[in-house]
Amino acid sequence: MNWPIWAGFLISLAALGSYPLFFAQFPVTGDVPWVNFSMFGAAAVMLTAGLRRAFSSQALYRGKIAGPILTVASVAVMGFFVFLVFFESRGLPASHGAPQVGQKAPDFTLPDINGNPVSLAGLLAEAQATADNNGQPPRGVLLIFYRGYW
Amino acid sequence: MRPIAISVDTPEISRSLCARRGYTYTFLSDVNAEVIKRYDLLHAGAGKNGQDIARPAEFLLDSSGTVRWVNLTDDFRVRAGPEQMIEAAKLLQ
Repeated sequence: MNWPIWAGFLISLAALGSYPLFFAQFPVTGDVPWVNFSMFGAAAVMLTAGLRRAFSSQALYRGKIAGPILTVASVAVMGFFVFLVFFESRGLPASHGAPQVGQKAPDFTLPDINGNPVSLAGLLAEAQATADNNGQPPRGVLLIFYRGYW
Repeated sequence: MRPIAISVDTPEISRSLCARRGYTYTFLSDVNAEVIKRYDLLHAGAGKNGQDIARPAEFLLDSSGTVRWVNLTDDFRVRAGPEQMIEAAKLLQ
């Protein structure tokens, strides 16, 4: 059995899957997916070694059919990863109409996790009141829009 | 500085998220994306089953409601980290 071919293929699958499942969660490995690209690099080394064995020592090693198939599959997996990381995740709308520095943020009222309505005006008044009571500089509100947990 | 998280998730989903992860700050539900549209942050059809969702964005407001800092990432994998937010909070003082 020509194991480097299979190892290379499995490593490339792991390189794709481990990003959303694990490495994307941490900015140090998520913002630039260097761990996953290193894994693809390791997969390429394995596949190259396996292919070389399959074609140069044909009597000793198998893999003349599986080798090219798994190599093409691995390249496709890596291509998909590159697409996700460099193209898909950058397809964001321009948001030219979003409030800019110096502008007032539009007011709104939305339900919290218990269904109670919360207004921005109320949050701002609370921030101001906390500051007044403690004699501290006024505190702010940080609005974080996120994609949702689905 | 008080963090307020806003998404299209229902209050029930946000509640289970808070319970599971131990989040204690405020989560608001914009199920119909009305506020998200008002802030021009709609990422149409990008959610599960083609649901309209918010693109990631952060706004720091002072207590008058004026925007003091904005972060509109151009890559949804790359968000503002806690360090950046704490740095931005210094603008309020």
